[in-house]
Amino acid sequence: MSAQTDKRHPYRRPMRGWWKRDRYYIRYLAMEATSILIALYALILLFGLLRLGQGEAAFNGWLEALRSAPSVALHVLLLLVFVYHSYSWFKVMPKTLPAIYWRGAKLPQPVITRIGVCAAVIVNLLVIILLTGLQP
Amino acid sequence: MKRSNEPVFWALFGAGGMLSALTGVALVFVTGIGVPLALLLSPELMSYVNMLAFAQHWLGKLVIFAVIALFLWHATLRILLLLHDFGIRAGPASALIGNGLALLCTLAAAYLLLALGF
Amino acid sequence: MTDGNKIIEMEVLRYRPEQDQEPFYQSYEVPFLDDWSVLQGLQYIKDDLDGTLSFRWSCRMAICGSCGMMINGVPGLGCRSFLRNYYPGKLRVAALEHFPIERDLVVVVDDFMNKLAQIKPYLIPKQVRALDQGEYLQTPRQLEQYRQFSTCINCMLCYAACPQYGMNTDFTGPGILALMHRYNADSRDDGRAQRMELGHADAGVWGCTAVGYCSEVCPKDVDPAHAINQNKMGSAIDYFLRFVKPRGASQ
Ligand code: SF4
Ligand code: FES
Repeated sequence: MSAQTDKRHPYRRPMRGWWKRDRYYIRYLAMEATSILIALYALILLFGLLRLGQGEAAFNGWLEALRSAPSVALHVLLLLVFVYHSYSWFKVMPKTLPAIYWRGAKLPQPVITRIGVCAAVIVNLLVIILLTGLQP
Repeated sequence: MKRSNEPVFWALFGAGGMLSALTGVALVFVTGIGVPLALLLSPELMSYVNMLAFAQHWLGKLVIFAVIALFLWHATLRILLLLHDFGIRAGPASALIGNGLALLCTLAAAYLLLALGF
Repeated sequence: MTDGNKIIEMEVLRYRPEQDQEPFYQSYEVPFLDDWSVLQGLQYIKDDLDGTLSFRWSCRMAICGSCGMMINGVPGLGCRSFLRNYYPGKLRVAALEHFPIERDLVVVVDDFMNKLAQIKPYLIPKQVRALDQGEYLQTPRQLEQYRQFSTCINCMLCYAACPQYGMNTDFTGPGILALMHRYNADSRDDGRAQRMELGHADAGVWGCTAVGYCSEVCPKDVDPAHAINQNKMGSAIDYFLRFVKPRGASQ
C-alpha cells in the first residue's frame, strides 16, 4: 500500500502569467484597469475642490491647467475609459441580480445589459442637458 | 468559518461603480473637455463664482462628495484586486494602505466641503 | 480501425510521476473519422499507439463529468469536442488547469470532493414528512428558481477557468458555490443558514471577483457566475442587518 502511494507525486503548475492564457482574462483585466483612471479622475476633482477653497486665483489656476493640451488629451482618454467602464459594468450586472421574470419568462441577460446601457446613455445626456440649461 | 468584511467595501464599490457608470462620461466631458474648450458649454459654467455657490449649497456639497468619495472607493477595490491578480500579495498591508488612502481622501473631501461653508 | 484518410496531430501533455520531473508534450498522429471526439482520439492513442497514456472517462455522452481537459488551452469535455473542428491544425490536450496533475491527463480531485461535502449538497427539509404524508410539493415556478443550477455534472471545467481558484485553492470555487445556491434556492429546503456560514466567508461568495469565464466554459449552462454573484447582495444585506435582527432570523 505505502509502496504504491510513494509513487504519487502530484505536479502543480505555476500560475505566473495566467492572464495571458485566454483573451477572456485580458478583457477582465481591462475592466479592472479602468479603476486606475477612475481614481485619477476623482483625484483631479479633489484637487479642484482644494483649489476652490484656496480662493479665486488658485481655482483659476486649476481651470487653466484643465485647458492645457495634455489635460485635454488625458480627459479624452478618460472619456473612453468611462465609456468602457459603463459598458463593462452593465455587462456584469445581470450576473449580480437574481433572475428577473417578465410575463412568466426569464429576462435574457443581454436584455438586462442593454437596459443598463440605455439607462447610462439617458442619465449621462440628462446631466449634460441639465448643465447646459444651467448656463448663464 | 469567519464572516468576510468584504461587504463593507463591496457596497461602496457597487455604489461608486453604478454612479460612475451612469454619470462618469458626462462629468468627464463637462469638466475636462466641454468647459475647458468651450465646446457646447460655456466656460462660465465652472467659473469661480459659480463653483463656489454650487459647493456652498448643501445639495452641491452632497453631489461633489458622492462623486469624489464613491468613485475613489469603487476604484480602490479594483486596484487592490489588480495587485492581487498580478500576484502581488494583497495581504493585510496593501489592503490597509489602499483603503487607508481612500478613507483619507474621503475625509479630506468632507473637510474641504465643510470648510467652504454654507 | 479507421478507414478515414484524415490524420490529425494530437499533442498530449504527459506526466509520469515516477520518472518525470515536470510535464512535457508528446505528439501522436491520429487517423480519425468525422464523428470522432477528442476522447476517441485519446482512446485510439491508448489502444494503438501508446498504452501508457492515462486519462479519465466513463459515459462518453457529456453526463458523467469525468473527461474534463484543456483542449487547445480551453477547458472542455473530451467527449463533447470533435477532432474535425481542429483539423487541419494540430490539437493540444492537457490536464485540467488549476488542479495538481496525478498522471498525464488525470488530475487530483480531492480538494473538489472535500468542498462538495462541505456545502451539504442535499435537501435539508423544513419539516421532515413521513412517507404517508406524500411528496414535497413544488410549483413549476419554484422549480424554475433552481433548475438551471441543478444540472451541474461536477466536471470541474469551471474550476479550470477560474483564476481565483488557481491562485488560492481556499476559495470554494464556482461549481460548488453554484450547487450551494441550487439547494438554498429550493423551496423545499431549509438549510440556507447552515450553508451560508461558508457562503458569507472569504472562501465563499466573496472569493469571487466576477471574472465570468466559468459560465462561458460550463457545458451545461449552469452559469455559476450568476449563481454566485446574485448572492453578494443578500450576503451584504445580511452582513449589515445581522446587528438589528435577532439571532437565527437571518435568511
Ligand atoms: S458548473 Fe458547469 S462547468 Fe462547473 S462543474 Fe458544474 S457542469 Fe461543470
Ligand atoms: S466521458 Fe462522461 S462527460 Fe465525457
